Amino acid sequence: MLDYAVKRLGLAVVIVSVAMLLLFSMIYLIPGDPASVALGPRATEAMKAALRERMGLDQPIWVQFWNFYSRAWMGDLGTEVLSERPVLTVVGEQLPYTLALVAGGITWSVALGIPLGCWAAVRRGSWIDRVVGVLSVAVIAVPSFVVAIYALLIFAVALQWLPAIGAGKPGDLGDQLVHLILPSLAVGLGWVGYIARIVRASMLEVLEASHIRTAYAFGLPDRLIIYRYALSIAILPTVTLLGIGVGQMLSSAVFAEIVFSRPGIGKLVYDAILTRNFPVVSGAVLVTTAFFVLLNLLADLIVGALDPRVRSSF
Amino acid sequence: MSEAVSEPAVSRGKTARAALRLLREPLGAFALVLVVGVIAAAVFADVLASADPSKIAPRDRFMAPGMEHLLGTDQLGRDLFSRVLFGGRIALTVALGSTGVSLLIGVALGLVAGYGPRWLDNLLILLFDAIKSFPTVMLALAFVTLFGPSLTAVVVVVVIVNVPGYARIIRTQTIALKSAEFVTAAQSMGAGTARILRVHILPNVIGPILILASMDIPVVIAIEAGMSFLGLGVRPPTPSWGAILNDGFANIRETVWIVFAGGMPIILTTLGFTFLGEALRDIFDPRLKAR
Amino acid sequence: MNVLEINELNVSFATEEGVVHALKDVSFTVPERRVVGVVGESGCGKSTLINAILGLLAKNGRIDGGTILFEAGSDLTRLGPAEMRALRGVRISTVFQDPMGALNPVISVGRQMANVQYRSGRSQAEKMALAAAMLRQVRIPDATAALGRYPHEFSGGMKQRIAIAMALMMEPALLIADEPTTALDATLEVATIELLRELQEKIGCSVLFISHHLGVIAELCDDVVVMYAGEVVERGTTRQVFNDPRHPYTQRLLECDPARQAQRVRRLPTIAGEIPDLRCRPAGCIFAPRCFRRFDACAKAPPEQDIGGGHVARCFLAEQPETAKERT
Repeated sequence: MLDYAVKRLGLAVVIVSVAMLLLFSMIYLIPGDPASVALGPRATEAMKAALRERMGLDQPIWVQFWNFYSRAWMGDLGTEVLSERPVLTVVGEQLPYTLALVAGGITWSVALGIPLGCWAAVRRGSWIDRVVGVLSVAVIAVPSFVVAIYALLIFAVALQWLPAIGAGKPGDLGDQLVHLILPSLAVGLGWVGYIARIVRASMLEVLEASHIRTAYAFGLPDRLIIYRYALSIAILPTVTLLGIGVGQMLSSAVFAEIVFSRPGIGKLVYDAILTRNFPVVSGAVLVTTAFFVLLNLLADLIVGALDPRVRSSF
Repeated sequence: MSEAVSEPAVSRGKTARAALRLLREPLGAFALVLVVGVIAAAVFADVLASADPSKIAPRDRFMAPGMEHLLGTDQLGRDLFSRVLFGGRIALTVALGSTGVSLLIGVALGLVAGYGPRWLDNLLILLFDAIKSFPTVMLALAFVTLFGPSLTAVVVVVVIVNVPGYARIIRTQTIALKSAEFVTAAQSMGAGTARILRVHILPNVIGPILILASMDIPVVIAIEAGMSFLGLGVRPPTPSWGAILNDGFANIRETVWIVFAGGMPIILTTLGFTFLGEALRDIFDPRLKAR
Repeated sequence: MNVLEINELNVSFATEEGVVHALKDVSFTVPERRVVGVVGESGCGKSTLINAILGLLAKNGRIDGGTILFEAGSDLTRLGPAEMRALRGVRISTVFQDPMGALNPVISVGRQMANVQYRSGRSQAEKMALAAAMLRQVRIPDATAALGRYPHEFSGGMKQRIAIAMALMMEPALLIADEPTTALDATLEVATIELLRELQEKIGCSVLFISHHLGVIAELCDDVVVMYAGEVVERGTTRQVFNDPRHPYTQRLLECDPARQAQRVRRLPTIAGEIPDLRCRPAGCIFAPRCFRRFDACAKAPPEQDIGGGHVARCFLAEQPETAKERT
């Protein structure tokens, strides 16, 4: 297990490094002078030169990359252009909001997806199975920002059941949760479909297994067989799937944050783009990417912990 | 994908039979109607449009759907029906164009990774994994910050997102075929690498990837609409479904019709293409269902 | 008394290609405290037979007729799902072929053995104590610790012994063993069979032992039922069937057994032809297309011919042993 964990961690470090190289190349490839782009047309030559020096742009390219690379691992992602606050602090302030949103999305997708998939598999071929199948594909197909806007329109504007804007009063957990319902639904709805599909498929596979036949031959009650003997195996692939899912939910979170005017990484990056606050964009993208890679790693390790077969084969 | 070396999936008699099966499936037939409708609307946008999609008429703003404006008007008094038609043209052009480019690059890189030297293969795989580790929207945001919002930016983002997936599949199949008997035979008869790739490998790996690519079209449409919604895609006043949706969102407390006009085409088109893709895949290549 | 009495059992499956008549007029009995072997090639209906007894036929399967009397009382073909469930694992237990897959991989052995006793009303500690005692009986070392382990931590032979322990824990009247030793190597096979015999005598249950391995059947079983294409072609005591086979199929089957070859031969004899398509059973004798003793009468289905002493064969020529001349 430890051996496997170390190997997976090594791979994750390599992937993040390559991602950093890609990000750096993109920064380097930017047309025109990054300093003038960042400061806008009204900046003076002296301001640009100062910024160039601060950003280390007068150095040769490999030195620039090494500085960028080594500082990033130390957590130094540069400073914001105007306020000069460390980017990591700025990103760190917004991250919890986005994580709450993604956690909400996972909750929706798991809470709806697993029962639907299980239900469809157990009643294979029935109309319930067909309806779940069509619905799964439909919620996967429709983009999350469309879901977000329609959810906002229906539940917040027309029915006025739920709040439309913001993350709720600080310190008031109930209020914050109420504000989380709609945005996290928009983030998680597509994944209800993915999870329902994979749970259905793996459930059908597990139900064919000989140990399930044995369980039936021992006269165990259907509910024990389905939920304890079969479903506990059938949900294993969802953990890996959610590792990928979190990355896409981070993407959807950008839209949800903008539509529902919530604070978060997405809103931060979006606003940074509009104000050309360039270090914030690259820093936030890097943090999100590293986070995403870390989650995939975590998902693999969790599968190892849940499945005694995988655990011992490491 | 271990045994995924397939015969070219489509032959003529099979196509006719497949079309019949598709029409018998209610969902497949419905999807086909939707897709044909969307394509026709985009192609004949000039003929069908009742007004200039960019013509501003401040006095006609926020009109509800009626005989004169089938889908109503937006905050600048522009005819939404016409904007939706021309927006469809943009969406389909971007979808087809960027999928085509992704396919070209993905197939090429996949063949190189699968047939080329080992170190190049490892390098490409690492690159693909690294690209996949960026969340899509973050990639798009980073890219647009650097190069500015444009239709090209949308296409480039789509290509970067799609290429690793295609290349990986082509690579796996190429590796599986590399040691197949007919390839070894061709090699021993002195056929060059280019010829082997073109004559023996490409035709055998292209079928499944075409199906997968066609299933990605709704995803691409969603990316274009999403980026345009954020103002990172097409520039105003060019009509795009995402941009219309954004107009509707900005004025959501004035009228719901703009959101309706911008959202419905996105929903119907993605659903149509997705269900059509699912139906076609089930007919031509049920093995891909596992994906 | 007979623990199991099957009369004229017919089972069919509705498939996309047509109705498969999987079992036809199957009759035999499993007397108390006896081990009855069912032998036949793959596809002869052995698994269908087990599933029919257990009430676990696939959804497209149907019992078209016949009775399965259990413990001289209830007809299993007429019991509802809940009543069947109450019998399974308690009065009728099963050991399946694949020891690797027969136990649930994500539930500990002790938990699985406790779950089997869920109807017993015992406390969790009592269930675990019984499970440990049972594991000790099948010679699992360190039985108490073994309860907390997962199936993958045991070897194939141990897993099969655990499966046997689980099956016999509730002291059933009938144990169905579906090729329980096929996946094991030869040494383990002998040990497992001895263990099975020992436990059977101790508990006093009957065993329905399914196998295609004639040596194992001869070793273990008191009676033998020979099945071919969903029909019982011959049955009797092991001695009767093995020493004096009367159905041509049984005769060929015994000839093809590698263990019975007098000397080493270059090629093992096989039975020419294939099992007939069960979607359209031939009108006459089911074995006729492959039978070298076929004659005109075989166009009609032969009745069961009683040879005496409970030895029965479904062949017109059952009472005329074959002559050397007939062999080709």
